[in-house]
Order: sequence, then structure tokens, then C-alpha cells
Amino acid sequence: MLHPITINHYLVLSVVLLAIGVIGMLVRRNVVVMMMSVELILNAVNVNLIAFSKHLQDLSGQIFAIFVVVVAVAEAAIGLGILIALFRNKETVQVDEIDLLKW
Amino acid sequence: MLDTMFFYMFALLAVAGAILTITMRSAVHCAISLIASLAGVAGLYLLQKAEFLFAVQLVLYIGGIMVLFLFVIMLVNLDSAAKERQFHRRWAGGAVAAVLAGASALWLLSKGAPSFGSPVAQAAPSPDGNVEQLADLLFRQYLVPFELASLLLLVAIVGSVLMAKKRTS
Repeated sequence: MLHPITINHYLVLSVVLLAIGVIGMLVRRNVVVMMMSVELILNAVNVNLIAFSKHLQDLSGQIFAIFVVVVAVAEAAIGLGILIALFRNKETVQVDEIDLLKW
Repeated sequence: MLDTMFFYMFALLAVAGAILTITMRSAVHCAISLIASLAGVAGLYLLQKAEFLFAVQLVLYIGGIMVLFLFVIMLVNLDSAAKERQFHRRWAGGAVAAVLAGASALWLLSKGAPSFGSPVAQAAPSPDGNVEQLADLLFRQYLVPFELASLLLLVAIVGSVLMAKKRTS
């Protein structure tokens, strides 16, 4: 009844996680939750990389995943710093209320 | 058999956590759901014998990034934001576009799946573990990217301090 797990299972899971992340990015108004959606997207990419690393027996995929994590850390640190500066100036975290550049 | 069961368990945890992350009202609840999702993905790494990335996921993502998120959530006081509307006015368009993109990716996947071929057979099991092999690769073949990554982290540290600092002028 239960089939053995192939790479396709992991790739489908990765697509699902990616789609959920993109939906969160497009739909939510809260900047913090939007940044969490970015983390979801990066995680979906990592699932993909690890699956192919196992499939091809090549550890380079795991190295790439490590670099993705490093970039995610840098992105979170910078993004949250920007968020704090933004909150100090505008007193809001809702993206559609931050419209300084809107004509 | 056991592998299959664990895969579905971790995948369910990851997907359910992800869905809760984008639907919960309070940002703290979102962060906690995201932690569940990340833990599910960490379990999948362990299933695929990526022990180092499993540890990185637990220590760095759940222990580091998510604590940073919770810290900022408390700092910017999102209580008032939780009472407001959570979704954009035209949220349906974005959701439909993302679902269509995901569906087309799944379709492409079903078309291209045969080209992945059968999994490469594991070579003679090496006496080194996953961490040793990764270190070998990271410090030989990928040394320059590794140094560049440390530079990126330095820039990120300086940038975030500069950004969050109060202007005193």
C-alpha cells in the first residue's frame, strides 16, 4: 500500500511549500509574516537541493543548501533591521500603509 | 516502509505548519507554526542522511532566526496589527496567480520526471561521516565561496546594526 519514497515525492513537497510561501508573500499585509513566507520559500529550495544531492549521490547539493541558509540568515538580519527602522518612523507594519513613494 | 511513514509524517508537519504560518492572525502564532514547519523539513533532511544540515536547521533556523523573529515581534508590538485586516484587498488575485504557478510547476514536474533517471547507487560506504565529507568539500573545492559567505555575514551584521541604530542628531 505504501510506495517507497522517490525523488518525485520530495519535489512535489518542495513545490507545495514554495507555492504556500508565494501565496503568503502576495496575500498578507503584515511585513513580519511576509518575511516568514520568504523563509518558507528558501526552505522549499533547500528540500529540492537535498533531494537531488541524495538522488545523484553528490554532496555539492548540500554545500549549496548551506550557502542558501547563510543568505537566509543575512536576509533575516537586514530585513528585521529595516523593519525596526520602518516601525520607528511610520508606526506601522502593514505594507499597504507604507506608501511614501506612491504618487 | 518505515522511511515512507516518516516521510509522510514530516511532510504533513511541514505543509500544515506552512499553511498555518500564512493564515494565523497573530504574528507570534505565525512564528510558532513556522517553527513546526522548519522542524518537519529538518526531519526530512535527516531521512536523506544530511545530518549536518539537520543540525544547521535546528540550531541556526529554529534556534537563531526564529528567536530573532520572535524578538522583533515583541519589539514592534503587533497587538494593534493583529486586530486589523490580515489580507490585502485584492488578495484573491495573488493567491490564484501563485496557485497557477505551483500547478504549472507540478505539471512540468510530471512531464519531466522520467528524465531524472534511477537513483545513483551509493558508492562503497566511506569511513567518514556526512560532516567530514562536507568539510572536505567545503574547505577544498568551495573555499572561495565560503570566504565570500563570511564577508556577506559581516556586511549583514554591520548593516543591521546601522539600520536599527537610533539616529542621534
